[in-house]
Amino acid sequence: MSTLGKITRRAFVIGSAAITGGVLFGYYKYKQPYPNPLTRDLHDGEAALTPYVLINATGVTIIAPRAEMGQGVRTSLAALVAEELDIDVHSVTVEHGPASKAYYNAAVLEEGAPFPPHDNSAMANGVRDLMHVPAKFLGTQITGGSSSTIDAFEKMRIAGATAREALLLAAAAKLKVDKNTLRTENGAVITRDGQRIPYTELATLAASVSLPDDVSLKPRSEWKQIGRSIPKLDMVEKCTGTATFGMDVIQPDMLYATIKVNPHLGAKLNSFNAANATAMPGVKHILPLGEVGVAVVASNTWYAFKAAEVIEFDWAKTAYAQTTEGLFESAIAAFKESHQDSQNRNDGDVDFVIGQAGDATINREYRAPMLAHATMEPMNATALLKNGQLDIWAGNQSPTFALAEAAKVSGISEENIRVHTTYLGGGFGRRAEMDFIVYAVMVAIQLEGTPVKVTWTREEDMTHDNYRPFAIARFQGVVSGSNISALDVKISSPSVMESQMGRVGLSIPGPDTTIVQAAWDQAYMIENYRVTGYRVPIGIPVSSWRSVGASQNGFFCESMMDELAHEANVDPIDMRLALISHSPTRKVLEAVAELANWGRVLPENHGMGIALVTSFGVPVAQVIEVEKTQNGIKIHNVYVAADVGIAIDPSNIEAQLISGINFGLAAAMMGEITVKDGKVEQTNFHNFDSIRMHQAPAIHCKILENGERIRGIGEPGTPPAAPALANAIYAATGVRLREMPFKKQIQFV
Amino acid sequence: MQLNVNGKQHEVDVEETMPLLWVLRDELAITGPKFGCGIAMCGACTVHINGMPARSCSIPVGQVSGQVTTIEGLGTPDAMHVVQAAWVEHQVAQCGYCQPGQIMSAAALLQVNPNPDDEAIDRALSANLCRCGTYPRIRAAVKTAAAKIRESNL
Repeated sequence: MSTLGKITRRAFVIGSAAITGGVLFGYYKYKQPYPNPLTRDLHDGEAALTPYVLINATGVTIIAPRAEMGQGVRTSLAALVAEELDIDVHSVTVEHGPASKAYYNAAVLEEGAPFPPHDNSAMANGVRDLMHVPAKFLGTQITGGSSSTIDAFEKMRIAGATAREALLLAAAAKLKVDKNTLRTENGAVITRDGQRIPYTELATLAASVSLPDDVSLKPRSEWKQIGRSIPKLDMVEKCTGTATFGMDVIQPDMLYATIKVNPHLGAKLNSFNAANATAMPGVKHILPLGEVGVAVVASNTWYAFKAAEVIEFDWAKTAYAQTTEGLFESAIAAFKESHQDSQNRNDGDVDFVIGQAGDATINREYRAPMLAHATMEPMNATALLKNGQLDIWAGNQSPTFALAEAAKVSGISEENIRVHTTYLGGGFGRRAEMDFIVYAVMVAIQLEGTPVKVTWTREEDMTHDNYRPFAIARFQGVVSGSNISALDVKISSPSVMESQMGRVGLSIPGPDTTIVQAAWDQAYMIENYRVTGYRVPIGIPVSSWRSVGASQNGFFCESMMDELAHEANVDPIDMRLALISHSPTRKVLEAVAELANWGRVLPENHGMGIALVTSFGVPVAQVIEVEKTQNGIKIHNVYVAADVGIAIDPSNIEAQLISGINFGLAAAMMGEITVKDGKVEQTNFHNFDSIRMHQAPAIHCKILENGERIRGIGEPGTPPAAPALANAIYAATGVRLREMPFKKQIQFV
Repeated sequence: MQLNVNGKQHEVDVEETMPLLWVLRDELAITGPKFGCGIAMCGACTVHINGMPARSCSIPVGQVSGQVTTIEGLGTPDAMHVVQAAWVEHQVAQCGYCQPGQIMSAAALLQVNPNPDDEAIDRALSANLCRCGTYPRIRAAVKTAAAKIRESNL
């Protein structure tokens, strides 16, 4: 059983530190780099303890309250605490911990601030800090937006430092010596004469010392764990089949279920006939699933799958567009003033320059399709209602959303619901949705006392995703000499925020900057430059997909930059450098040019392309080298330079760049979700495939630390991959790709 | 029916058409082999049957004869197989869900070819999908494991 099992959420809220046989330490001070009266007031009124460290006689436990979905956050966050606590992160227990608003993510809303990431003025940073205040009120424990390390970097180090301070005070009291004669090392307090007192022996005493008001953090020069490539805490488990994913949860006397939900997403189930299914082997129950579908509960998942196949359904239809063409028509129809969502950039006089240029204006249209998240682990969750208590086991990206949605559907109060967050077999944004948890709860409350694991088939998963939205971009560019004198960017897409937050009952007012993410906020200083977002009315559900709006807008804008460079007959890297003054962004371009040896003589049929996209505050430049072979395009090399401000773990950052790039390449090459008769057509990996070993390029990484603040790296590697590939293919073949996926026009090996 | 998994004999009472994967996971609580697609397209369910790599999601249990080895039988955290150790050395796994299948495919490859070139690695592992895109480190780990195997064969 979890060492945290006996701590109630209530203990977190009231800030109680002493627990039976031990002590909890947490971040309790709302610290601001810029003095701010509003947040100071909040702090005075709400000094709740957020526990990150638990020490008792058996050991030290660190709570890393973010979803571990491959991005290495469990290790990275634990290392922040361990560094300040002076203990080897590999010698402690690390747990995700319970769902709690205390673990709200302060940084996740920062990206929505109306300042581009290269703007680090006092005002821009002040407003970013203010974004932490609504984040705190919302109390959302969420993993997304590449924000975990930004959120944790200060507060988890403070938690570790606070614990260390209390342990020193406890040791001083115990030994009746001056605290200043003591030091800490590797999990113990050391006296001047070399006596070692393990932290575990000081736990009870440390609970009674009064915590200091402030602690100081180690300077970077003293870091032993942060800034180093440290082995992942979950690596051995994950290589030996012993890691527990949601899919692997086993409870005593558990039953196994699957679901069938209306493939017309959002519409209801009119009726069903399960006569053929009830007598099939292993089938125990056939249950309604709210108003949208049916669950089959059996003694084995496979029996549930087989029985679900023979149920006959009469599904209601949806009112939105029933075909891919219809969805794109809705995007075209939204290019008008009534649908304008944002115009965060309007520099100079774009209309005047375009009017002057007349026929010399370069008009281009780009398109991106919908995409499924297609996590390797299909959606699943296990739930049990017993004695008024609801337990949920699931890999998920937002335990507090899970609490709220489970409470809504079951009528059980959040106090009586426990969310056990397992490892996630991929997230990419999919597991910030709560449908798979809601359906498991719907089953559990109909079978009180019996734990049920609800597993979706891959077909159900693929056809019932909340997709990366389709989008269209329209550009008008004017080139004079070697410069871009005007660029007008119009992007039309459904709003991810409206669709996704709407599903958990939240409404985010104002424009959705994800529609123009990585389009309006880039470091380019073009004299006449306008970026307008248009909102397509919500139809088919759309959602956050690794790098969100940047996943399509990076492709649109950086392909267009390449087109303009060719029109102006200038080197595409030189052209970008001429438009950028922000030093960290310039340096990633320069670094990638050096890494790729840009400009070198290439073998016959080879081509190189460059793209630069800043997303989630991280400028990332990529150069891709392809070869036109008789069997299609072969991607040989990807060179990448990225600036994360402070690199917590270089090996992990490299892994995330590799991952982000392959994710972006897969989408660019072959990713496409289409709709016919109101239903998604792709059902499994045979018709929604991904990049595979024989197609995966060598990836060469350069990590820079010139940026103004620490940044997260789970997503920023993805956006430049598609345009760098398209630009490389153009260089090798002369074929300009303006629509993803590229396989529609060109073959890959 | 009888089923031998990781050297242990099990008696299972299921339909003969049930795929081996669901016998392992839901009947025997052996959860290392993963469910990913159900149609042999992703490789997450890969096990060895008599040393040969097999997609357990698509093999009816009634047709299985011989020894089944899963990732748990290949090596354990305290006594890892050379391929698992190479995976740890190269810090391959990210989300980790596909890795039991990747490792089982790699181990089967190295059993018949302890010196695979890039083409042989491509051929043996292209049917194993990884949505985290860990391929470069998988390739490096396979080569490290191969070198270790060759060393120990000297």
